[in-house]
Amino acid sequence: MTGGKLAHDVQSDLSRRKLIDAIFVIVGMVALLVATIVLLTLITSLAVRGVPRATLNFPEFFFTFASRRPTAAGIYAAWVGSALVMVVTACTAVPLGVAAGIYLEEYARKNWVSDLIEINVTNLAGVPSIIYGLLALGVLNQGLKLGESILTAGITLALLILPVVIVTTREALRAIPLSLREAAYAVGATKWRMIWDHILPYATGSILTGVIIGLSRAIGETAPLITIGALTFIAFLPVNTESLPAFISSFLSFAWLKEPFTVMPIQMFNWVSRPEPAFQDNAAAAGIVLLLMTLAMNGVAIYLRYRFRKGIKW
Amino acid sequence: MVSPAAPRRSFEFKASRNIVGKVIEIILFLAASISVVTTIAIVVDLIYESIPFFQVAGLWQFLTGREWGPVFEPPKYGILPLVSGTLTTTIVALLLAIPMGTIIAMYLSEFAPAQVREIVKPILELLAGVPTVVYGYFALLVVTPALQLVLKDLPGFNMLSAGLVIGIMIVPTISSISEDAMRAVPVSLREGSYATGATRLQTALRVVFPAAISGISSSYILGISRAVGETMVVAVAAGLQYRLTFNPAESAATITAYIVQVSIGDLPYGSIPYQSVFAAGLVLVFMTLVLNVIGHFLSKRYREIY
Repeated sequence: MTGGKLAHDVQSDLSRRKLIDAIFVIVGMVALLVATIVLLTLITSLAVRGVPRATLNFPEFFFTFASRRPTAAGIYAAWVGSALVMVVTACTAVPLGVAAGIYLEEYARKNWVSDLIEINVTNLAGVPSIIYGLLALGVLNQGLKLGESILTAGITLALLILPVVIVTTREALRAIPLSLREAAYAVGATKWRMIWDHILPYATGSILTGVIIGLSRAIGETAPLITIGALTFIAFLPVNTESLPAFISSFLSFAWLKEPFTVMPIQMFNWVSRPEPAFQDNAAAAGIVLLLMTLAMNGVAIYLRYRFRKGIKW
Repeated sequence: MVSPAAPRRSFEFKASRNIVGKVIEIILFLAASISVVTTIAIVVDLIYESIPFFQVAGLWQFLTGREWGPVFEPPKYGILPLVSGTLTTTIVALLLAIPMGTIIAMYLSEFAPAQVREIVKPILELLAGVPTVVYGYFALLVVTPALQLVLKDLPGFNMLSAGLVIGIMIVPTISSISEDAMRAVPVSLREGSYATGATRLQTALRVVFPAAISGISSSYILGISRAVGETMVVAVAAGLQYRLTFNPAESAATITAYIVQVSIGDLPYGSIPYQSVFAAGLVLVFMTLVLNVIGHFLSKRYREIY
């Protein structure tokens, strides 16, 4: 075999392999394009049907209750319900999740108890959300007699997002350099003072990001709330909105915790399950509002992550 | 001058600080144990509520029966139709999500310029952030009509469109975790491969992919687990027929869809349909638990040490 022939063979083999490379790049871009197009189709299909419905005699859609007539039906009870459930969820998940995260990261000794808790947190993240609904139905609703209330719903969603909050808290604490801890100890701080005064303020940004991502997941959750019986026709608000002082006092009385409720995703599910096309317009309108709510929350989380990363230099 | 009482006071001060520290530690520990309590509560609740159901239905009949319908007259207690529906939608979802997720991950990690990656990752995260009920709407009112243009006989409710939409939904899960795993492979391994004359794709397939297989396989397991447990898409778009079939062009019910369907009607506490929901939930938890254990085993078995 002559040298020229060998060089030619190597050359053609190389160009053949480079061609396969180029083909893969195209395949990869097509795969990405498909994912992006699906996302765009999803958003436009919702917007085309939903935006006209939501903005038709604006803002009635946002301030009327559910109705048997699709054109008279609105999402007032749903978005107020979502907001109140989120208040309960945040007030439960944040203290519990952050405390658990601090314990696991700063206090836990390496033994079987902490191993058990760690494996548990990972496993809980993989439990289907509807199972949390069954837990709420059996334990919170029937067992503890909390009823089909905002309180039950809020606690259910809090348990659901607890793993997210715990994991992000741990990551936030882990990112803080040892020198900061040593400096606090050096001036005589106890472990808890060191954590509370020096570590937590720096970790707040990252923890907040994780909390918002958890809440944006919770606000879109439907299945666990259907099992506790939230799919009811609600034509009143759990809080008094006649005036601002009336709202504040009825909010602070906490009577709303025991009220029945509906939330945005359940309202949408209710409408999308009906055969009449007019109700499906309503479903699209509720969907676009829900999508904007979750996108806004995700956007805030991404912004916070960016800001806190930029602000802190070790 | 230091007064004689000072050392003593500081000792007391230290002791009280220790007590406060101990109390705080116990409070934090209690918060951390909530996760264990939740797990125990889930298992105990599901078993406790479904025992009366198994006493009526019989465990063997439940696991092998080919007809399901606890609210029918006469009632049928075979879970297999729900299991077949769950498996079919999951398989359809995975046939889409695993190749697509892996290709996207490999493209982003090994081929794409840094700017493309910076733009694409947040877009994929948005796909993951869309509420599942919105995906249900999308499957029923956009994907099914589109599929019917090609497959004329496709019914309005079918497992194919539900499965495809679940697939799209779990692409970000798979691609994001797989990409992290591939990017964690040291550059020296790639350089070694290039030095032997391998192209980028050959390096990606034969060096990076095997080195990252533990992370990639756990992303697959997580994706499967999410597809098995997905509820709203199937509840909206798959139809709620209890049918023992593996044909994705038919309508059928999954375990999760059954739970939703029965929950919408008012459940009299303690009735057999009420308890059947918990029995179905028990099967679902068992399926995801098996997947988690396999995932744990796989990631240990195939962990490469660089």
